[in-house]
Amino acid sequence: MIPALVTLCGPLAAFALIGLLPPLRRAGRPAALLSIAGIAVAALASGIQAVPYFRGVAAPATYEFLWAPLTGAPSIRFGLLVDGLSASMAALVALIALLVQVYSLAYMASEKPASLGRYYAYQAFFAFAMLGLVLSHNLLQTYVFWEMVGLGSYLLIGFFWERPEAGRAALKAFWTTRLGDVGFALGILVLWGAAGTFTFTELFAKVGGGAVAGSALSLGLAGITLGAMGKSAQFPFHVWLPDAMEGPTPVSALIHAATMVAAGVYLMVRVAPLLSHAPELMSAIFAIGVLTAFLAATMALVESDIKRVLAFSTVSQLGFMMAAVGSGGAGAAYFHLLTHAFFKALLFLTAGSLIHAVGSNDLFKMGRLARAMPVTAACFAAGALALAGIVPTAGFFSKDEILASVLAGGHPLGFALLVLTAGITAFYIGRAFFLAMLGSHDAEGHAHESPAAMTAPMAVLAVLALVGGALAPSIPRLFAGTIAPPAFEPETAPVFVPILGTLAALSGLALSWLAYQRRSFDPGAVRRAVGPVATLLERRYFVDDAFELVYRRAYLGLSSVVGWFDRYVVDGLVNAATWMTWLVAGRLRGMQNGRVQDALYAVAAGLVLLAWLALGR
Amino acid sequence: MTAGALLLVAAAVFSIGLFGVLARRHAIGVLVSIELMFNAVNLAVAAIAWSRGLVAGVVLVLFGIAITVAEIAIGLALVLLAARVRKTSVLDDLDTLRG
Repeated sequence: MIPALVTLCGPLAAFALIGLLPPLRRAGRPAALLSIAGIAVAALASGIQAVPYFRGVAAPATYEFLWAPLTGAPSIRFGLLVDGLSASMAALVALIALLVQVYSLAYMASEKPASLGRYYAYQAFFAFAMLGLVLSHNLLQTYVFWEMVGLGSYLLIGFFWERPEAGRAALKAFWTTRLGDVGFALGILVLWGAAGTFTFTELFAKVGGGAVAGSALSLGLAGITLGAMGKSAQFPFHVWLPDAMEGPTPVSALIHAATMVAAGVYLMVRVAPLLSHAPELMSAIFAIGVLTAFLAATMALVESDIKRVLAFSTVSQLGFMMAAVGSGGAGAAYFHLLTHAFFKALLFLTAGSLIHAVGSNDLFKMGRLARAMPVTAACFAAGALALAGIVPTAGFFSKDEILASVLAGGHPLGFALLVLTAGITAFYIGRAFFLAMLGSHDAEGHAHESPAAMTAPMAVLAVLALVGGALAPSIPRLFAGTIAPPAFEPETAPVFVPILGTLAALSGLALSWLAYQRRSFDPGAVRRAVGPVATLLERRYFVDDAFELVYRRAYLGLSSVVGWFDRYVVDGLVNAATWMTWLVAGRLRGMQNGRVQDALYAVAAGLVLLAWLALGR
Repeated sequence: MTAGALLLVAAAVFSIGLFGVLARRHAIGVLVSIELMFNAVNLAVAAIAWSRGLVAGVVLVLFGIAITVAEIAIGLALVLLAARVRKTSVLDDLDTLRG
């Protein structure tokens, strides 16, 4: 249990020191080094902690203390849960956070010292919140860290606060995820009302013992799913993720590719033992996942901003994971979560390296960068191959497992759509690679290779993206070491699954090569030929417009009606009362003429009246 | 003379005093009328005390007279001050408290 505490305390101590000591924060670089030291300690501790779980020789461990002792209701406990799932996820989070923080040292070097200190304060805060979320042993605590993670994301998206778009994107991200979190909070309460506990272990035991009504369980899980959909940017909550690219690129790599957006999937994998009791909900999750994977991949086809291509790709890959959860393959989803964290963080870091060199996000302003930036190009290629799912990269194995579990779950249509999506994925990442790295014209500006602080983290991730598939045998061992080990039967996927997946990926890559490298045909002509479809994609299926319409018309319309009612009816009543008082007072004040004798007349008359009432009757 | 007749006289004097308080225009006149009302009350108390043979009632009357003197001294001082500051002692003109 000590490693888990150390894991949490490293970033927390860094954040507290940077936050509480303004001179340290304003100094910039010392704050950065302190934050990196904190996360390095966490990475080391969580790594040591995770190794036995990867080897399958450790049992789940819980550490808890009473937070709010209640009588007549279940006490609220604060606790850490270390099992195969949380230990491996914590190690992943700490590792990626460490690499990203080292990378940021060079990427953010041109920032003023004070804002560099602010950046690292946010980074340390986010790392602490994310690790706390992963290691939580109950739903309530998960929710607390869940919101802290959202706050960290908000702060880092809006880091360049001088730009109005960044502020808007930060707000959009926060409110869109909050929309799902309302469902999450209600789901937690429903589950608490039905099972009387927040703790995962007790929840699983009670549900397994049949002590929880099926309807309440479905309702509670549906709420939790809503929260996961918001955080993991599932359709229709995906609108915030492309805009979140306004944040610094390392932040996108950490939060919006590897960790926070994966938290939704992580939560679903965590509660997966409960999901099997709610089959309708699983079908819904599957449908949402497949839909998200497909729609986001198509939207990535027409995007020219390299970071947004990657953002849509992230949404799409998270859709793959959700689809796996929905088809009963939590292990496949978690495997893909791990490998995706490697290759997508890698792709974002290389994109940051390109943007650093070119000074623009626009793919069409890049080109032939491979010559000037060989390391970045090699890393980008590794990430792209892994994302496309080419043998023997990490992405191939995890995507194959997802496809196999979807097929085993009895969804042939979803399987077909996901294979198609895999092809589209290969096409758009190939397009990005050929446009930026090879292409027909030189990039603007003077491209140069990035410093070692940037290339070293990229190289580490590139290796992981290439060989991460070796983790595949560890996944069942990790799950065997969780608090609710599934009855694992080794799935024997039909041999055509990997062949189909590879074919789709290869044809996607080949098509992008023909279109953007060989110039065998003009992509612009294709775009003109399918005009309405391309417009649909470029406008992102009008989901943003739909949100805006609902907000502008429905919500603001309702607000103006309510505002009118408040201004003229509620306030009107108060104003009418005031006006009446003034009117009556104006009439009555004439009685007070200031003459003593008139007042005395009234006193005498009153006395006579009282005397008559008392005696005369 | 019976206590009843004395009470009747006291009631008459009280009423005359009340009329004076309400109807006199000059402050001095009002003060004089107040004295009449006081003395009517004193007379009534004395009459009842006499008819019942209570010594305490007579003592109370003597106290009342003493307090009346003090009160009228204050009242006259107020009237003189009003006359000096407001240049009038007519009550109808002293209406600063009107709403």
